[in-house]
Amino acid sequence: MTPLLAAFAPPYWLSTVIKVLVIGAVVPTTALILGVVFLFKIMSWMQSRLGPQEAGPRGTLQLLADGVKFLQKEDISPNGADLWVFKAAPLVVLASTLLLYVALPSSLHLVVEDLDVGVFYVLAVSSLSVIGVLMAGWASNNKYSLMGALRAAGQLIAYELPMVLAVVGVVIQAGTMSLNGIVLSQNDGAVFGITAIGNPFILTQFIGFFIFIAAVQAELTQPPFDMPVAESEIVSGYQVEYTGFRFLIFFLAEFATAFVFAGIAVVLFLGGWAVPWLPVDSDWYYVLGPAVLFGKVMAVAFLIFWVRFTYPRLREDQLQSFAWKFLIPLALLNIVVTAVLKVVL
Amino acid sequence: MTAVSDRDDISSLVAEATDNRVNIDFESEGMTLNMGPQHPATHGTLRIVAKLDGEQVISAEPICGYMHRGYEKIVEVRTYPQINALINRIDWLGSFANEVPFILAAEKLMGVEAPPRAQWIRTILFEMSRVANISLFLGDFGLQLGGMTAGFYAFRDREFVLNQIEAATGGRFHPNFDRIGGLKDDLPKGWISDSQVAMDKLLAFCDEMENLLVGNEIFQSRTRGIGVIPADVALSYGLSGANLRASGVDWDLRRDSCPPGLVYDQADWKVWTHPDGDAFARTWVRLQETREAAKIVKQLLTTIPAGPVMAKVPRIIKVPEGEAYVATENPLGEMGYYIVSKGDLVPFRVKIRSASFNNISVLPWVARGAYVPDLISILGSLYFILGDIDR
Repeated sequence: MTPLLAAFAPPYWLSTVIKVLVIGAVVPTTALILGVVFLFKIMSWMQSRLGPQEAGPRGTLQLLADGVKFLQKEDISPNGADLWVFKAAPLVVLASTLLLYVALPSSLHLVVEDLDVGVFYVLAVSSLSVIGVLMAGWASNNKYSLMGALRAAGQLIAYELPMVLAVVGVVIQAGTMSLNGIVLSQNDGAVFGITAIGNPFILTQFIGFFIFIAAVQAELTQPPFDMPVAESEIVSGYQVEYTGFRFLIFFLAEFATAFVFAGIAVVLFLGGWAVPWLPVDSDWYYVLGPAVLFGKVMAVAFLIFWVRFTYPRLREDQLQSFAWKFLIPLALLNIVVTAVLKVVL
Repeated sequence: MTAVSDRDDISSLVAEATDNRVNIDFESEGMTLNMGPQHPATHGTLRIVAKLDGEQVISAEPICGYMHRGYEKIVEVRTYPQINALINRIDWLGSFANEVPFILAAEKLMGVEAPPRAQWIRTILFEMSRVANISLFLGDFGLQLGGMTAGFYAFRDREFVLNQIEAATGGRFHPNFDRIGGLKDDLPKGWISDSQVAMDKLLAFCDEMENLLVGNEIFQSRTRGIGVIPADVALSYGLSGANLRASGVDWDLRRDSCPPGLVYDQADWKVWTHPDGDAFARTWVRLQETREAAKIVKQLLTTIPAGPVMAKVPRIIKVPEGEAYVATENPLGEMGYYIVSKGDLVPFRVKIRSASFNNISVLPWVARGAYVPDLISILGSLYFILGDIDR
């Protein structure tokens, strides 16, 4: 059986161009979808509002209209700002997001770059955004920005650790660091000898899933961990001086990162793009894979945004003690138990 | 003997001076953070100059006056009915409550008393404005601590009270309904049963807030033990209202010295206090007060007597010569008007004692050593209205 599209092997330059175009199209689209569905619509319904109504059918094009509006705005940089750094900061944040999309598999072949150490790569590039955030905070020449950036730096670095440790359990269980390998090993697995749904790691790594989602929430600076952009304390922190297009890039990066983190959670814990009763090399996955992944991502994103819209925010020191005193010991315990069981069973 | 101790003293002084010099060398200057006049947490135009060491507040000084409208001076050239329309704007979230102490003071000077029906309706509307005011506080405090949803729920459910106030008075925010000697109008048809329904909805809203916000662990960790004001400090700074009761002082003007013209003794209700004096206590006391206010309204609605709503007063109101001070327990705390009249169409001098001005004065004391996020908890829980500070 020769899969239809797998035989399509363009030259290197063409495949690179295609990949760049795909990422360039996917990142804003996912950000738009999350923004409209969750930030505008579901948040409104949770808060007994209607949300946007006018632009497009039931206001679905509101974010597009807002984006166009942002593009028209003047590009203002504050007095005394470090201009180059100020202008580069949103791009650095966006670059981190783009790099994350590179490794996210949406089927066996539909992946920009199937890395052997995909998990490692994803966790590494996700921390790059800290640099952008620090750049933005420092270069803005604003006290609120600086405080926000320092908070963000402390928070993002603190929550890298529980995130990595939460993923270690999955890696031990799957025996591979390749994201596609993790999907395949979940698909091949069995729960108590039943192979019908494979073995999504959330069943065994539920502690890991909880820690991962909590850490993702902190990485995305969303409530209850949104102190870096707390609007009632430090007036949106490092974003406060950004206008127009540059603010739009921050916004895009935030929501695209939310999507890709939800996608990584799906790949690691919920079986990724695979459907258990369909062979993984089936041609159907060229359509089904992205659809399945998208559906699961929306479910995880709903969880993330549900928490975001409901909880108040913690204080910075409470956030740190939550990470160091609770999440990290729990993750270490999870690793030990997983490793012991892996050896014993 | 003395010489030795002198030498000891001198050497200790030298050591101390050296220490000080070293400390000065190593001390960082700190940062001055200007919060406001435009800042989301000050909901209005309050400015707070905070000196920070990192994120820790060394000193915080509230600077008010950005919204000073000179009411105390303006009212010297306004007749009493005109003043009534003006002072609505002091605490704009509980407008009707602003009118009552002024009208009561004027009535006291004139020796007029409103008929019983007017007294009942006055008390009902007073408590309704309290419910409208404090229910918004509950949501707004949630909003300041990052819980967006609570804010929207508060705006949604406050509307039920505002609708009732509008139905009775014609104004959602600025009723201008109270008159010397009674009220402008009688209640519209069906208002009493509608108000019962609205109060039930507000009681349900209080339960919802308790589940969503006040009972939330994150909320409690942000407010418990934050901004503790002991009872003696609260008294010495002249705090009043829920801020004082949250410090454990059982003091409520509605119960202790209710001026004639309000009928709080006709309802069965309770003054809530909390021993802790922290931000959580202030929120909790306000939550309970909203419930009590709704209960007072519900009870009084069933016992409104029949009769006129206006006593016999002259068409052109001239207040006889004299001085009077009447204070009531407003949503934000004690609000009083000291009126000096020379027997003219206009008052000679009016001093407005509004609660927020005193409540915010404790901020420098309570903010020392707090973190910037705690400053928000403290500001939010002290609950001030800018119009009530600046007048």
